[in-house]
Amino acid sequence: MILLTTPIQTEAVRKLKVFDTFSITGTVFTARDAAHEKLLDLYKNGSNPPFSVGDLPCFHCGPVMRNNDGVWEVVSAGPTTSSRMDLFEDQFMDAFGTRVFIGKGGMGHRTSAALQKHGGIYAQFTGGAGSLMAGAVKRVESVYYLDELGIPEAIWLLNVVEFGPLLVTMDSFGQSIHQTLAEKVSINLDRIKKSL
Amino acid sequence: MDFERLTQSLIEPIRRSVISLPRTTHDALRRATLEEEEIGRTQLEAMLKAIDIGIEQKIPICQDTGTPTFYVSIGTAFPGFCEIHQLEPALRRAVQLATQVIPLRPNTVHPFNGSNPGDNTGFEIPQVIWQIHGRDTFHLTYLPKGGGCTNMSQLTMMTPGKGIRGVKDIVLTRIATMAGNPCPPTVIGVGLGGSDVMCMELAKKALLRPVGQRHPESFVAELEFELLEKANELGVGPAGIGGKTTVLDIKIEYEYRHPASFPVGIAVQCWANRQITVSVNANGSVEVIS
Repeated sequence: MILLTTPIQTEAVRKLKVFDTFSITGTVFTARDAAHEKLLDLYKNGSNPPFSVGDLPCFHCGPVMRNNDGVWEVVSAGPTTSSRMDLFEDQFMDAFGTRVFIGKGGMGHRTSAALQKHGGIYAQFTGGAGSLMAGAVKRVESVYYLDELGIPEAIWLLNVVEFGPLLVTMDSFGQSIHQTLAEKVSINLDRIKKSL
Repeated sequence: MDFERLTQSLIEPIRRSVISLPRTTHDALRRATLEEEEIGRTQLEAMLKAIDIGIEQKIPICQDTGTPTFYVSIGTAFPGFCEIHQLEPALRRAVQLATQVIPLRPNTVHPFNGSNPGDNTGFEIPQVIWQIHGRDTFHLTYLPKGGGCTNMSQLTMMTPGKGIRGVKDIVLTRIATMAGNPCPPTVIGVGLGGSDVMCMELAKKALLRPVGQRHPESFVAELEFELLEKANELGVGPAGIGGKTTVLDIKIEYEYRHPASFPVGIAVQCWANRQITVSVNANGSVEVIS
């Protein structure tokens, strides 16, 4: 399996194509809807984000966390539905240059076009498999906006070892497993409807 | 009735509901691996591994431990019935406590300012849905439902003239278009008829029937089976990246309707079909039934 390490190298990401599987060793940050808005607001106000957003993979995830005497621990941390982030991801790439996104369910045309523009990929981890993902997290490096956003929406920087398998479902060449499959499913649906 | 003891007694069943799945769902996922080719099988195997880890390490299978709903089925002859007004506060405390000790992800947020109380409650969350009968039993079902699948819910006020064929069209179109978003293979609850609100309640309640169990009336069971077969010809597959298993089951519940209205409700449940039912004793202890 291909291994990506952080900080993310542009060329390594460009080489990835749909149906490739890979894993990540290094640091990933979690970001859901509110975290995307928060970071984009900072950018629009001319402020710097508190970590290097462009160097790390963005994981669409709101984890279950436990605090053991002041030390945070990940309990369960699978991906959340990525399509909600279609509202933000193109601006996010323009602002920060982030090139690796991990989630579930796939993303739309707007994000696909931005992935092509920036040489990025979107990869899927099995939705619901939060206990499986948690095993790849070695420690919590830091957390941002916890008081303001709460546990699920805060940005968690997670140190991971061989986080995967991650399946590339959208690549920098404009290919999308989600799009191709949606077309097939739509043809199947039309055929089934005729038989009703 | 010892409500304080009931609060304490519910923590372990709530834990069990998020670290494991009902046997019928777990078995259906195992069976599905035999049907799938490599891409779908890999996804199903990850799901099964996540369940094993959940059970072994006693951690939530999915990080989205849902928003809580309790279904109460209690008889007026149950010994503690006259004090039952104390039940809702006891269930609320159980959710608050479970959020802390298991832990669960604190999911409830204020719709205006996004603030999170940190304990999975709202004004009337956990929601409590009551059914009162005349016997002496008291059963409680805990349904922690995730956001990803719930976002795929749908209510259609169908033109009645479209009939059952129209129902099939709506259900199959929904399953096709929601694709991988609700974490397939899903369980689909369908409510037919009733009012708008009743219809969605029926759809959600349909999810409580075990995977593989058909509706007792044959004409409903036949429609469930037909929709199940056809949904699995769509090709969405496990995790929405292609395959034969798009839904694990489809459940239908129905009610009489207004002649001008034909509500069709769809409640979607992810493969992590978490739920647990306990029988409550008058001393506040509980026994897991399913």
